[in-house]
Amino acid sequence: MYTDIVREYLRKDKFPSIWCPGCGHGIILGALLRAVYKLGWDKNKIVLVSGIGCSGRTPGYVDFNTLHTTHGRALAFATGIKMANPELHVIAVMGDGDAVAIGGNHFIHTARRNLDITAIVYNNSIYGMTGGQVSPTTPVGARATTAPYGCVEKPFDVVELALGSGATFVARGSSYHVPMLDNIIKEALAHKGFSVVDVITTCPTTFGRRNRLTDDPVKNLEWIKERLVPLSKWEKMSEEERKGKLPFGIFRKQELPELTELYHEMDLKVRGEK
Amino acid sequence: MKKKYRITIYRDWCKGCGLCVAYCPVKILRIDEERKVSVMDEDRCVGCLMCEYRCPDFAIDVKEREEVKV
Ligand SMILES: Cc1ncc(C[n+]2csc(CCOP(=O)(O)OP(=O)(O)O)c2C)c(N)n1
Ligand code: SF4
Repeated sequence: MYTDIVREYLRKDKFPSIWCPGCGHGIILGALLRAVYKLGWDKNKIVLVSGIGCSGRTPGYVDFNTLHTTHGRALAFATGIKMANPELHVIAVMGDGDAVAIGGNHFIHTARRNLDITAIVYNNSIYGMTGGQVSPTTPVGARATTAPYGCVEKPFDVVELALGSGATFVARGSSYHVPMLDNIIKEALAHKGFSVVDVITTCPTTFGRRNRLTDDPVKNLEWIKERLVPLSKWEKMSEEERKGKLPFGIFRKQELPELTELYHEMDLKVRGEK
Repeated sequence: MKKKYRITIYRDWCKGCGLCVAYCPVKILRIDEERKVSVMDEDRCVGCLMCEYRCPDFAIDVKEREEVKV
């Protein structure tokens, strides 16, 4: 049903994608495209921006206005696009390394400024494209090429980071919990202001193989299912029960002045037109 | 009457990852000899779209079947 609809949003000559069999990135792309379809947006009014990484390949596959930028800089380019053309729908897709390691500063400041962009973090807890190095979201104890005995660093919680930096829409979904993910992304896209969706996903090839999940995509998705709990349930859980788990759902939805509008008002004021 | 569905597989895009096979509640899909998905019994499809939602490759589509009068 939806596949035939969203295939019309794809650059068909670029398929099959380079993503490994069963990689969660394609599941997230599906959810994003269904959300766009349900909103009825004109694809010529959408700009899809990425950085570098497996996630960064996304815009190459989609027939919107697209921009594949440098590692960590998706939001910097997205900011320029949105400020110059506030009527465009700007979506930035980023890996976890892209978004909160090298791109961490862009992330917190775009949130602080409340610019009307949607940021979708393909959070597979690892650097997929470069072969499986630790990222700022690698869980304690998980193995990576740069943590062969297990990661000892405390990870970033992308949701907490977004909340703390002032993002006005903050949610978490997963590539297991579809079609719920479609709805979360749809709400994020429709929100006026900076919206962040932390999507917990899989990298069967570099994360799964090193972490006793093998490269079986099903085992990798099941691991997500075991770890994630709905926010309503999370709120009733004890500290002990929360260990090793993550809540998902919508954490914040707030209307606050948005940057392009504030900028426009100031522009009018300085010109003496208001 | 029970609804019937038509399942379309885009074999050239399928990577045989097996997610649709695992999440089909009525177990009518399988990975075949060419490591692509095949439908074993379309008539038993319940139209839940679990295969579509979890397919990372836009390789499977499920639609309600138009009834053909015989
Ligand atoms: C400035 C710069 N530093 C480092 C790299 C190498 N590099 C390419 S992708 C990547 C990380 C990919 O991980 P992530 O952002 O989590 O995305 P994923 O591949 O997992 O989707 C790195 C470090 C680069 N391309 N540019
Ligand atoms: S390396 Fe990991 S993130 Fe990259 S395409 Fe393969 S499974 Fe996906």
